[in-house]
Amino acid sequence: MSPVFGKLTWAAIPVHEPIALATSVVVILAIAGMGIWITANKWWPYLWHEYITSCDHKRIGIMYIVLGLVMFVRGFADAIMMRAHQYLAVGEGPGYLAPEHYNQIFSAHGTIMIFFVAMPLVIGFMNFVVPLQLGVRDVAFPTLNNVSFWLNASGALLVNVSLFVGEFARTGWLAFPPLSEKMFSPGVGVDYYLVALQISGVGTVLTGVNFVTTILKIRAPGMSYFRMPVFCWTSLASNLLIIAAFPVLTVTLALLMLDRYLGFHFFTNDGGGNSMLYMNLIWVWGHPEVYILVLPAFGIYSEVAATFSGKPLFGYRSMVFATMVICIVSFTVWLHHFFTMGAGADVNAVFGIASMIIGVPTGVKIYNWLFTMYGGRVRFNVPVYYLLGFMLLFVGGGLTGVLLAIPPVDFVVHNSLFLVAHFHHVIIPGVVFAIFAGYHYWFPKAFGFTLDERLGKAGFWCWFVGFNLAFMPSYLLGFWGGTRRMQHISDPSWKPWLAVELVGAFFIAAALAITVWQLLYSIRTREQRRDLTGDPWDGRTLEWLTLSPPPHYNFAVLPDVHGEEAYWHRKQLAIEREELIPEPNYQPIEMPVNTPTGVIVAFFSSLCGFAIIWYIWWLAILGVVGAFAVFVWYAWRDEHEHIIPIEEVIANARERRRIRMDALHTVSQST
Amino acid sequence: MTTEAATIGMTHSGSEDTGLGHRGPESKSIVVPYGFWLFVLSDIVLFSALFATYASLVHATDYGPTTNQLFSRTTAAWETAALLLSTFVCGLALIAAKRRNMMWTQVWLVATGLFGLIFLIFELREFVEFIESGAGPQRSAFLSSFFTLVGCHGAHVTAGLMWLGTMMAQIWAKGFREHILRRLLCFTIFWHALDIIWVAIFTIVYLIGTLP
Repeated sequence: MSPVFGKLTWAAIPVHEPIALATSVVVILAIAGMGIWITANKWWPYLWHEYITSCDHKRIGIMYIVLGLVMFVRGFADAIMMRAHQYLAVGEGPGYLAPEHYNQIFSAHGTIMIFFVAMPLVIGFMNFVVPLQLGVRDVAFPTLNNVSFWLNASGALLVNVSLFVGEFARTGWLAFPPLSEKMFSPGVGVDYYLVALQISGVGTVLTGVNFVTTILKIRAPGMSYFRMPVFCWTSLASNLLIIAAFPVLTVTLALLMLDRYLGFHFFTNDGGGNSMLYMNLIWVWGHPEVYILVLPAFGIYSEVAATFSGKPLFGYRSMVFATMVICIVSFTVWLHHFFTMGAGADVNAVFGIASMIIGVPTGVKIYNWLFTMYGGRVRFNVPVYYLLGFMLLFVGGGLTGVLLAIPPVDFVVHNSLFLVAHFHHVIIPGVVFAIFAGYHYWFPKAFGFTLDERLGKAGFWCWFVGFNLAFMPSYLLGFWGGTRRMQHISDPSWKPWLAVELVGAFFIAAALAITVWQLLYSIRTREQRRDLTGDPWDGRTLEWLTLSPPPHYNFAVLPDVHGEEAYWHRKQLAIEREELIPEPNYQPIEMPVNTPTGVIVAFFSSLCGFAIIWYIWWLAILGVVGAFAVFVWYAWRDEHEHIIPIEEVIANARERRRIRMDALHTVSQST
Repeated sequence: MTTEAATIGMTHSGSEDTGLGHRGPESKSIVVPYGFWLFVLSDIVLFSALFATYASLVHATDYGPTTNQLFSRTTAAWETAALLLSTFVCGLALIAAKRRNMMWTQVWLVATGLFGLIFLIFELREFVEFIESGAGPQRSAFLSSFFTLVGCHGAHVTAGLMWLGTMMAQIWAKGFREHILRRLLCFTIFWHALDIIWVAIFTIVYLIGTLP
């Protein structure tokens, strides 16, 4: 091993693998093209000041969502490659992916979709929406928020670097030992996996701390707990879970790293190691992780259901209690991921029953959404399509989950395609549909114009049809004995079903293409679709009180909250009286200054991570020292906030009042 | 209107009293320690996973040395004394800082660091002794989990010492500013939390491990 370059040699570049090489070239060209485009338009200063170094929760939220969507394309490319390969690798057909390549693809698909698609998208929505809904100006720790984002981006970067330099893990998305131990996975793939997740995991823990503090300590006057919108409640639950679960992931991955790098014996076959310890630890994180993702998604659906039904959410308090019950019970079910471990009938029964119990509060939620819509004047905008699609599908996915929670059934279908169908069946309608609903719902708040409805609905139908085609046959294949992660399928009678699944994947590809086209089309026709009032959907929560896009400080004066549905109450009062509340006493506003700390720390952590993967120890030390130096330098700063002058605050606030008065006149003339 | 309250949003009068959250955003002197407590909580979760690992591997000695053959209560007692004293003088430093007494603040912080260093030296000597006697972390799953649990605590103490150094430099260069005092408070929270974890290590690893 070279002292300068560690294990890194030219052999790490995949020149003999046409697919990896071509992808690398395309991605590098695309990045270079973007760079040239941004440079040619002189957008770097704008990006640097308004996004990269911004501590504004809205900008950070948008960056998270962009990161998530870009990684979605990567994760989906893996998915469609797998489906195409499965179709071609039946019976006599060899398929087109070698086993070691196929194994990397399914590992990368799972890792990316959970950690670098679902997580950034969900955290992105929490960032954008929670402070607005709480009626405040930013999160508790704005700079830390920026650091969290860049650490996530650093992890995503390393996963993508594995495509060009070296390889990715071939061990599945949770890297179970002993397969992931040095003896059986000597390459850098597992190291890429471990290091990328450690770096992004630190960012996620910091996000959890930040949002719990924000929700519990920073709310508008009068915004007591039982007046918070349900999305804030579900975000609270999700971030509590992050604080309680992600440190366990950090430990689990650190122990595996110690095994791999220093020859420890936590999970090895020899030396007294116990690989089942890894299963327990990783699922103590892994099961709450499911709820970290799906609870905020439930929050999005709650907002959508209430807004587009024109009614308060049915059973607000039961929704809150259901959320918090799920938050707690989610820590008592992890063993259902390995009933086959052999813990005995008693242990399995306890965890099986707990897993069924967690379905109860989820069922409460479904009824609440249904009763919210019942008797309402439902407006069928795109988010409602996703809401309905979700309710229709998710109940089925949940039922197969209850089935899997019965240990004897689980013994039969464990590790099968039935399981693969089940978790896609809950996570795509549960999380992905919610993300698309939220994207359509809050897009006008973020950018000041709505997305095209017609294309949005076309996208929904492609998703809906595509999902059903792509995953329902897997239930059957699972019952017929199909195990997951198979690189070759010997039974030729499965071919038609695999063809159906491939067609489903094409439909989903069409959905993604339509989403891109919808964005471009909506930007081009934005003048006709401006959201001039800041309240395009007749909303009920405080984010619709301010303009679209909101000013940096969100609210000129923090809103006073009286009762649930803070904004709806205020709006109805204004319509009734045909006047706004009296002009408050404006003050200059202090906001946190921009800082490049996050991006520089992420730079050093990426360097350090890359160095650890390739055993380049001097560079790893340099990365740690660099990150520490940035920390000290940042802590030394004297300027913490900048003041927005009162003239600017008043001018913006009066403009908003004028717009709202116009809207009020329009409403009163129409009634 | 204090600048603190104005940072995130200004509280203003006239809102009704609902018992919880009616006052609007809390001031930074509440928010910062609160957030730091949550971070400490996440750290305690991290250690609880390491304790669980230790507990499930403590008998997996692979025919190698066991807890009774390795651990000495005397060393652990000295380590405990050093760490508890360190925390005590850390508390004194915070009191001195609240009185804006630069000299005593620095003296007590130096003492905090020295006791922390003494703790670390004891711990490293123990580690070296074990490794030299063939009981390194690669020997068995039990020793892997021992070195990781205790070493992780030691790594926290080391990080704390680095933090302490920058803290002292900041207080020296900038004086007792509001945000620097908040950081000092966070540091003491961190230092006390490491004590709590050490007490658990002392009990679970050293005391139980040396039972006859």
